[in-house]
Amino acid sequence: MAVAILEATSGIEDLTLVGIRRGGVALAARIADEIAQAEGKAPPVGTVDISLYRDDAATALPNPKIGPTDIPFDVSGRHVVLIDDVLQSGRTVRAAIECLQDHGRPARVWLAVLCDRGDRELPVAPDFVGRTIEVDDRGRLDVWIDAAGPDRVVLTEGE
Amino acid sequence: MEPFAHRHLLDIEGLTRAEVERILDTAEAFFEVSRRPIRKVPTLRGKTVINLFYESSTRTRTSFELAGKRLSADVINMNVSVSSVSKGETLQDTCRTLEAMHPDVVVIRHWAAGAPSYVASRVDCSVINAGDGMHAHPTQALLDAFTIRKHRGTLENLIVTICGDVAHSRVARSNARLLRLFGCEVRVVGPRTLLPTAVDSLGVRVYDRLDEALQGVDVVMVLRIQSERLQGALLPSLREYARTFGIGSKQMALAKPDAIVMHPGPMNRGVEIESAVADSDRSVVLDQVEAGVAVRMALLYLLAGEATESPAMGEAG
Repeated sequence: MAVAILEATSGIEDLTLVGIRRGGVALAARIADEIAQAEGKAPPVGTVDISLYRDDAATALPNPKIGPTDIPFDVSGRHVVLIDDVLQSGRTVRAAIECLQDHGRPARVWLAVLCDRGDRELPVAPDFVGRTIEVDDRGRLDVWIDAAGPDRVVLTEGE
Repeated sequence: MEPFAHRHLLDIEGLTRAEVERILDTAEAFFEVSRRPIRKVPTLRGKTVINLFYESSTRTRTSFELAGKRLSADVINMNVSVSSVSKGETLQDTCRTLEAMHPDVVVIRHWAAGAPSYVASRVDCSVINAGDGMHAHPTQALLDAFTIRKHRGTLENLIVTICGDVAHSRVARSNARLLRLFGCEVRVVGPRTLLPTAVDSLGVRVYDRLDEALQGVDVVMVLRIQSERLQGALLPSLREYARTFGIGSKQMALAKPDAIVMHPGPMNRGVEIESAVADSDRSVVLDQVEAGVAVRMALLYLLAGEATESPAMGEAG
């Protein structure tokens, strides 16, 4: 995926990665490492927490734990690749784009996801997909990519 | 984690230590929002916050107003001291009027202790106490705790001296309660006429001498001396107060080398605090102001979510 991102975007100079909390954060770091190995230089990496941008924020119960949004670089005029582990409804991505726009005006926003499980509720399409996995709406898809253990993607069928 | 268990914030009393920590942790997330290029998030779009102020207070009202606006709520300020009261409206009628406007949160500052709790029992929305009489000022205590935690790294087991007009201070009362939740040693010092008669109920230690009270402390909280106190003969003169209980560099030297000094504002320079201290790098007065917006954003966020059938903070049981 790192290679595909490098090929599609206009090179390392304007490239930045932003992981969507929480699943996208480890993945963004991983992709940054691979880009660094290929190019000798890692792109800047940030994180966004979409709790405050949820489309049900004002009606749902408050999210108990809001993580930090940390974008330590100016996104204006740059290519920003949003990264998440699983793409389903597209609502998280919509919220992440809105959050990103509050930090500046990127030249272009891309979307990279490890797994696309379909079932979209908004017109959102990923630019880079690791794997498309059919999951029916009662199934669960869990992804682990962290230092604690081996990488795993586990599909649990709904009953 | 379960939803926040309170509908109102009326007092620190009734909050558990874990709940205080949750408010402060949530405030950390909002702290960053105020430092962005675009200092606004859409979280409370469509929610209405009414600031109902029976006492004039520019900074607290402004802080709540900013907090609401940065969350995209619609914020209305009602300065009642110059409207309904002078026209003779009772608090109960004001509650009915408010109710008809369907707000999601009412922030109330009132000269009478207990007024926020009265309003909370009569309106169908969340109520935040922004200071009532000599009773409580919970958001000030929370923003002070946030500031202390940021500077000292922890709230646990610190020594904090509250200096000045403790008897009339809702700020002192709420702070003492909160700090005791974290095992802090809370000392109060001031002229005997300005110390509460029942200080022991707060779990604080009372000092008559400033130099003893400041020995080895982590935090010095300076309260504002109100010149009205002179009229009640509680204080002979501001100059005498400044000489005996004013915080200057010499006094700060008795505290820990990295101790911080706080003031809820507005400061009387040269009375309770000398300019040399107020402008020193130990002063966190402006950090308190910044923390205030973040903490109030956190509270609006936690309370303005879907209405839940849960007890108010600060209510018994």
